[in-house]
Amino acid sequence: MKQFIEGSHAVAEIIKLCRPGVVSAYPITPQTHIVEDLALMVANKELNAQFVNVESEHSAASVVLGGESTGVRSYTATSSQGLLLMAEVVFNIAGLRLPLVMTTANRAISAPINIWNDQQDVMTVRDSGWVLLFAETNQEAVDLHVQAYKLAEDKRVMLPVMVNMDGFILTHGMEVLDMPSQKEVDKFLPPYKTTYKLDVENPLTMGYLADPDYYLEIRYMVQDTHKQLLDIIPQVADDFKKAFKRGEGNGLVEGYKIEDADQVFVAMGSVCGSIRDVVDDLRAKGKKAGLLKVISYRPFPKACVASALARAKEVAVIDKSISLGAFGPLYTDVMVAVSSLGSEMPKMSGFVLGLGGRDITKRSIMDTYERLFGKQVDCEFIGLKQELLVEDK
Amino acid sequence: MVETLFKPGHTACAGCGQAIAARLVIDAAGKNTMVANGTGCLEVFSTKYPESSWGVPWIHSLFENCSAVASGVEAGLKYLGKKDSINVIAQAGDGGTADIGLQAISGMFERGHDVLYVCYDNEAYMNTGVQRSGLTPTLSNTTTSPSGSASLGNPRPKKPMPEIAAAHGIPYVATASVGYPQDIQRKVKKALSIKGPKYIQIHVPCPLGWRHESRMTFDVAKLAVETGLYPIFEYDNGKLIPRKITAIKPVEEYLKYQGRFKHLMKDPEAIKEMQAIADNNIKKYGLSATV
Ligand SMILES: Cc1ncc(C[n+]2csc(CCOP(=O)(O)OP(=O)(O)O)c2C)c(N)n1
Ligand SMILES: [Mg+2]
Repeated sequence: MKQFIEGSHAVAEIIKLCRPGVVSAYPITPQTHIVEDLALMVANKELNAQFVNVESEHSAASVVLGGESTGVRSYTATSSQGLLLMAEVVFNIAGLRLPLVMTTANRAISAPINIWNDQQDVMTVRDSGWVLLFAETNQEAVDLHVQAYKLAEDKRVMLPVMVNMDGFILTHGMEVLDMPSQKEVDKFLPPYKTTYKLDVENPLTMGYLADPDYYLEIRYMVQDTHKQLLDIIPQVADDFKKAFKRGEGNGLVEGYKIEDADQVFVAMGSVCGSIRDVVDDLRAKGKKAGLLKVISYRPFPKACVASALARAKEVAVIDKSISLGAFGPLYTDVMVAVSSLGSEMPKMSGFVLGLGGRDITKRSIMDTYERLFGKQVDCEFIGLKQELLVEDK
Repeated sequence: MVETLFKPGHTACAGCGQAIAARLVIDAAGKNTMVANGTGCLEVFSTKYPESSWGVPWIHSLFENCSAVASGVEAGLKYLGKKDSINVIAQAGDGGTADIGLQAISGMFERGHDVLYVCYDNEAYMNTGVQRSGLTPTLSNTTTSPSGSASLGNPRPKKPMPEIAAAHGIPYVATASVGYPQDIQRKVKKALSIKGPKYIQIHVPCPLGWRHESRMTFDVAKLAVETGLYPIFEYDNGKLIPRKITAIKPVEEYLKYQGRFKHLMKDPEAIKEMQAIADNNIKKYGLSATV
């Protein structure tokens, strides 16, 4: 059903339709509206779940870990400092192979404290083993949550999935979107059934100590699952498209006017919307620009990215986070992907935009475009106010 | 062989008090029990992949979060409508309880989860090599509170963890000692018969960390109780019920068997200080059977 709805409300609504049995969260801007909504749904018996109000994000993640370990579909959501506080548990959940789903309302990291959007928070758990998906719109956020549970609980996968949505821009943005019905979601996402759970009839030990004789293989198996996910994600995305009659791309990436593009932007999340506008403007002027949107950041679809960029002349990778002392994380990954193109490799440029909620305007995206033809850059900050860069010693 | 839910063949040290107490706890709880275990010696010596001593569903996540994991397990069981027939136990060492896990435990108590929390108190971070914790006793020599020319060891008293638990208004709090196995099992059964959060703290000698002979585990445990240095009591809905001592012994009787207190034995002032702690416990908890 078409609804004009805030992003957070839409996420809460779709989570309700996914029927989690345990929900636990700790408030942090801009995640709050999602969990407030879920709390109210439980209070009104619209959602039959245990809602556990915890004393920290570390415990929120631990509670849903515990819930999921009993074989009950569970859910949490967080943001920024909350995700960092959770980090230890986030890694642990993936290592335990528990198929949780979490929403991260992406936000900047302190210090200085800043509640606005960028994508630095998720990068701190980039290497945790979670599947990391990025939504461009609230419709996509809704759709990715349903697919997230489907993917996570797939017997071939059994890994947690995080749906990233840009804080405020999406979480607090109003959008007309198509909310599926309970019947549709139930049909796509059957109840979670597993034998990998705490069960007094079949007492399992979960969370062993693994010494050097075993640890390497156990970690390898997570990496191997991520490799298989490069096939499984497109299958699930395809099933979703058939069932819900919408969805662009192959679940891993999505191209926009990319087939004949000479200059390609690569980006993740809501910024892709603005980039589409810039691409249209450039096309109107006869410039062959295009966009490659990365939906699945982990697993990183190396082959898709390489083939999508194979005929480009110049590529601008847009990062909304940075590995301080090195480069934007997306830039680094895209570089590895295109390195397989050898001498066909396009001219690659890396840009950092929008940290701490600085507006990413069409002008700033055009800035990156214009710099593609000059001196090659790998980590260029766009929109710096030079007058603020005086050192205060 | 005795039927037990905590199978032998694990890698605990000889004379490990925690291994004995853990077996007593789980056997008292029975097979319809799920355990969330914090990181520490017990977890390490009982679940070295691919082997496990546990005959019940058991999960280890991290050092400080077993109470939050247990809260989630309880919530999952409630959702499944199975909570009434299954016990949930969260358990960890003294460090995992009184220090790094305290916030999560407080959250679990405050939320009222139907979980029994068991703290195995060996009075230091043993798994990492005998560092001081908030439950390390006064003047104990540990690797991070060593005695030296300017120090007599750990300068601070034990954190009053049972009182901290009781202050949450939870229905049952108890201390116990591996020197009194039946008392442990009675308390576990009593705790599990009560709905809501429960806390049991069990004194478990560690031959390696306390530097006593492995065969002395039971004697050392008993002496801690008989000297008044480890008071055994219950707070049953807040009401104090002490385990009385018939013949109270001087603290040297307990201290002399342990390397961690060796530096005190030639220091009458230090012994006096230790005796004062015992005397205070005896008064505070009403431990004397004759008074
Ligand atoms: C966050 C974190 N900090 C530190 C450690 C290292 N560590 C593992 S076990 C342990 C000591 C455990 O002490 P205690 O809880 O008293 O249990 P014991 O081993 O003495 O039975 C420590 C410090 C860890 N695993 N995780
Ligand atoms: Mg200890």
